[in-house]
Amino acid sequence: MKKLLILGAGTGGTIMANKIRKLLSLDEWEITIIDHQKTHYYQPGFLFVPFGMYSREDVMKPKANFLPMGVELIFQEIDTIRASDNQVVLNDGKALKYDFLIIATGTRVVPEETPGLLGPLWHKQIFDFYTIEGAMALCDFFKTWPGGELVLNIADMPIKCPVAPLEFVMFADAFFVERGLRNKVNISYVTPLSGAFTKPRASKVLGKLLEEKNIHIIPDFYLERVDNEKKVLVSYDEREVPFDCLVTVPVHKGDPMAGRSGLADEMDFIKVHKYTLQNEQFPNIFVIGDAGNFPTSKAGSVVHFQADVLNENLMCAIEGRPLTGSFDGHSNCYIETGFGKGALIDFNYDTEPLPGLFPFPGVGPFGLLKESRMNHYGKVMFRWIYWHILLKGKEMPIDSKMTMAGKKM
Amino acid sequence: MAQKIIAGVTVDVTEEGYLTNPAQWTKEIALEIGKEENVQLTDKHFEVLNFIRDRFAKNETMTIRSVGNSGIIDIKGFYGLFPGAPMKKAAKIAGISKPASCV
Repeated sequence: MKKLLILGAGTGGTIMANKIRKLLSLDEWEITIIDHQKTHYYQPGFLFVPFGMYSREDVMKPKANFLPMGVELIFQEIDTIRASDNQVVLNDGKALKYDFLIIATGTRVVPEETPGLLGPLWHKQIFDFYTIEGAMALCDFFKTWPGGELVLNIADMPIKCPVAPLEFVMFADAFFVERGLRNKVNISYVTPLSGAFTKPRASKVLGKLLEEKNIHIIPDFYLERVDNEKKVLVSYDEREVPFDCLVTVPVHKGDPMAGRSGLADEMDFIKVHKYTLQNEQFPNIFVIGDAGNFPTSKAGSVVHFQADVLNENLMCAIEGRPLTGSFDGHSNCYIETGFGKGALIDFNYDTEPLPGLFPFPGVGPFGLLKESRMNHYGKVMFRWIYWHILLKGKEMPIDSKMTMAGKKM
Repeated sequence: MAQKIIAGVTVDVTEEGYLTNPAQWTKEIALEIGKEENVQLTDKHFEVLNFIRDRFAKNETMTIRSVGNSGIIDIKGFYGLFPGAPMKKAAKIAGISKPASCV
């Protein structure tokens, strides 16, 4: 029997298990997926939790529910990948052989990278919303907060879903307007980037939106430490930003297992070819999603588009053909802008987000790079699509390659 | 594609002044761009510049933090050498593309 191992049963691992299961004969292949956590979190939903729009139950389901028959699921921590021996060693010492390996171990927030972040104010006046615990604690805090300096800080790039912090401050604006507290809450967006977003045209549009909502952008701020006593953020060039409530997007890293296995860069992101998704040193290892050092957004949409390419290239590799699939860096994000509206951006490695209509050129129904009610409904509907279509690896009416049709230069 | 004469040599640059062909880079060009950016280059600067050029040639993404973890310099020191926006400034002076890590 030949063996395919998938590390990580999150978005990427689950989609791949569902897709590849249909292509490989179970008479010839054993497919095993390994993860240490039993719960699958709908991570885009974390954004809604602090504002009481989603509960914990809305964003969690058992991982086992989404995996097909014929795929063995092991709950266990992974110790190392011994790539030269084609082996994965689990925490209990057990070694699993593989013919092909898919790594989908994602990324995680590492607040301990920043001195003071996990100080006495952690989950009292300092919160993250990239974990369910942080999002729930912030939800409780907001219930009785009388107002003050609300600071959203991005500690470093890359982060998961680079639009989520923007959505957070726009939701916060709407939330405090609705509570009649907006005049008591000053909202600042403190970022290491030079503007609201990474890509110039989107940055301009989104920057203007923030300005209209009276959210102050403090750009080029690279966080060194958090002073809990003085309640200030301190940057490496010694600027200070005071806060009463700090919402942090901490430094992100890959799985430390990747670093231990000698496959990753300094941030534990696995070195991978950005077009083929193949590891350059070990051609029987492929990487999908946040775990890789791809120069594109760390986001579920990217994983979804990569899955088609990975499926193709893995089959090429298994059948001994040259790899024909090429990932273009396609990313697609709905951006909640508050008050029941949303925006949408669609881009890849080479093309920045442009205005237009999506997914059907000239028709829509979604408008690119502008606010509309329809875009908000797109995001709301997406949770259902995620659980029922996306994770199961079923087809969606969006091509994995970005198209210029419907976009205006 | 825009062109610019730096230190007597015609090089291809982006609108923002980043070299588009790292092979056209020389030490003299670095010194000249450094002056424009108000950075007086020392040997330590060149050690960092060579490191990021090397990483760039290998197609590896870089952030301020990964340079800070490189063993050549820490983040504070990196800020000291290239004040304000060290990654962007260092990339410009090193003759490589504007950092694409911020995606």
